[in-house]
Amino acid sequence: MTESTPEQRGVDRDWSGIRRAANFRPVEWLAEKMIQGVSFTAIAGVFLIFLFVGKEALPVFLGQTDSRLIQPIIPSSEVAKVKPEVLRQYLGLSVRDFAAMDQDTLKELMQVREEGAKDIPEYARSDPDSGVNGSGWRYLIAPHQWSGNEHPEYIWQPVGNIQKFNIIPLFLGSLKTTLIGLFFAVPLALAAALYVSQLAPVRVKEWVKPGIEMLAGIPSVVVGAFALLVLATWLQSIFHYQVRLNAFVAGIALGFAVIPLVFSIAEDALTSVPKSYVQAALAVGASRWQAARDIVLPAAIPGVFAAVVLGFGRAIGETMIVLIVCSAPVMSWNLFDSARSITTTIAAEMGELVPGSPHYRILFMLGTVLFAVTFLTNLIGDVVINRLKRRLEGKR
Amino acid sequence: MAAPTSIPATNPPSSSEFKPLLETQNLELFYGASRALKGITMGIRENLVTAFIGPSGCGKSTFLRCFNRMNDLIDGVRIVGECRVGGEDIYARDVDVIELRKRVGMVFQRSNPFPKSIFENIAYGLRLHGIRATSEIEGIVEQSLKGAAIWDEVKDRLHQSALGLSGGQQQRLCIARAIAIRPQVLLMDEPASALDPIATGKVEDLIVELKKDFTIVIVTHNMQQATRISDYTAFFYLGELVEYDLTTRIFTNPAKKKTEDYVTGRFG
Repeated sequence: MTESTPEQRGVDRDWSGIRRAANFRPVEWLAEKMIQGVSFTAIAGVFLIFLFVGKEALPVFLGQTDSRLIQPIIPSSEVAKVKPEVLRQYLGLSVRDFAAMDQDTLKELMQVREEGAKDIPEYARSDPDSGVNGSGWRYLIAPHQWSGNEHPEYIWQPVGNIQKFNIIPLFLGSLKTTLIGLFFAVPLALAAALYVSQLAPVRVKEWVKPGIEMLAGIPSVVVGAFALLVLATWLQSIFHYQVRLNAFVAGIALGFAVIPLVFSIAEDALTSVPKSYVQAALAVGASRWQAARDIVLPAAIPGVFAAVVLGFGRAIGETMIVLIVCSAPVMSWNLFDSARSITTTIAAEMGELVPGSPHYRILFMLGTVLFAVTFLTNLIGDVVINRLKRRLEGKR
Repeated sequence: MAAPTSIPATNPPSSSEFKPLLETQNLELFYGASRALKGITMGIRENLVTAFIGPSGCGKSTFLRCFNRMNDLIDGVRIVGECRVGGEDIYARDVDVIELRKRVGMVFQRSNPFPKSIFENIAYGLRLHGIRATSEIEGIVEQSLKGAAIWDEVKDRLHQSALGLSGGQQQRLCIARAIAIRPQVLLMDEPASALDPIATGKVEDLIVELKKDFTIVIVTHNMQQATRISDYTAFFYLGELVEYDLTTRIFTNPAKKKTEDYVTGRFG
């Protein structure tokens, strides 16, 4: 038998073929670059949005906004004497717009200001609060005893002669509705996830899982309308509280939006726990339920925690449900009083504002703070999740 | 055909003198429509090691799992025939599976410690069975870990995660976990197949040691392992029990051609 040479067997002895240039795959290269581009665009998008929102809100953070009812007036006759920079700031113009205007236009703008000041009715002018800048930090956060109040109070009343911008009732509103929503949704969603992933027969699982996940497809306006028309009445007839539309109803309705999200992620986490753990537990004499509770749930804790963090983000960011169900910015810890969340405030008020006005900037400030809150929550959540994971894997 | 002399094919020759602890009569198991076990009749003696051998897919693991009803977990499994442990029909309607599994422990092919501390891995089963006193739990944990020949390696790190142990240590921990609840029978499904030779040796020594206190049934692919540790060996092929006899006889002088072909490595 003659031996065949490697060449005869089709062996390529030319090792230069391993160089990349010899195997250039343009389509793969392009696809990779495109995916890379898209992912970086997403990061850039988040960054740019934050930059835009932060820029609009910056004057509030720096204390440069002025929402006093009675503002100092520079008479239009002095248009030529005032320093240009002072005039520009007085009229609230950008450098470019200011540069483009001639003196007559500026004078006209000053006259508008004068006339606007004249239009303020006498009773408002004589209000002791007419000189208070409600958009200052002190008034944004601390309670203030406005004229007519008996005690210092937290008031969000951004329209009217005297604008009151205390943001605490809004944070309280967000906190109340979000926490009620989570307290309602998380136990239900986790119980359902545990049942579906560990205990349910296949037949039941095939119906329940898509059913719950279908809830996520219901637009929040519909959930809100349902809560407004049906849920509110039901809950009132059960709990007999005074105000029909309140933070409690809004929270429960929020819960409906949160359940599918928490369920879906928690169910995935529970299902991905190795079946061998369950078998081991059963082999030492655990019931299905004991194995699920004692072994599977602790093993899936990082994923379950991630589900809750995401649920929190969804609840605090949800706008429409709370907007429909209740919207009075009441400063009250009572769950059965009305509430107005931060997002609701932004959605309801942003549409009718003069860009650049103190109210407008304060809404952006609220957006920035909300972003910071969710960002921090996610960050802390991430750290905690990693810790839990490391502990489970036996690395410290 | 059904003459009494044909008994040795399915029962050890000494069967007339012993009362088996585990026994099956015409046990059939179906996965949906396919018949995985075809009428198996055998008895397994107390305080001995019995090995199940046979090529992959022959049903030996499935058969093993019948004895603690682990097959219940699989959808579409149906069992016909009798399966008795200690004389009780374990598939009777009024059987408490949990009590059964307490008496028939199991060690799996892949070590599967809980993602908890070494101590908790063993304490969990004890608590399930109503042992609450800390001192008692601590005592049993130590005793079980010593019984599984792993105590010296882990005694200083009892409260660290079991997942930080090596594969061989994990498997011995699983054995400790199984023996901690004092079962009478220990089912082992290829307990050393994922271990290196040194860890395998340790597990094998342990099995020989454990047979003083437990009845051990072990599924193995490794025929040397079967000869080293088992007293009886059953050879399965395509869902049937081909031959069941003293290990020495199965490996030196099998009655069936099929068995001889398999143990000499002619197929498998």
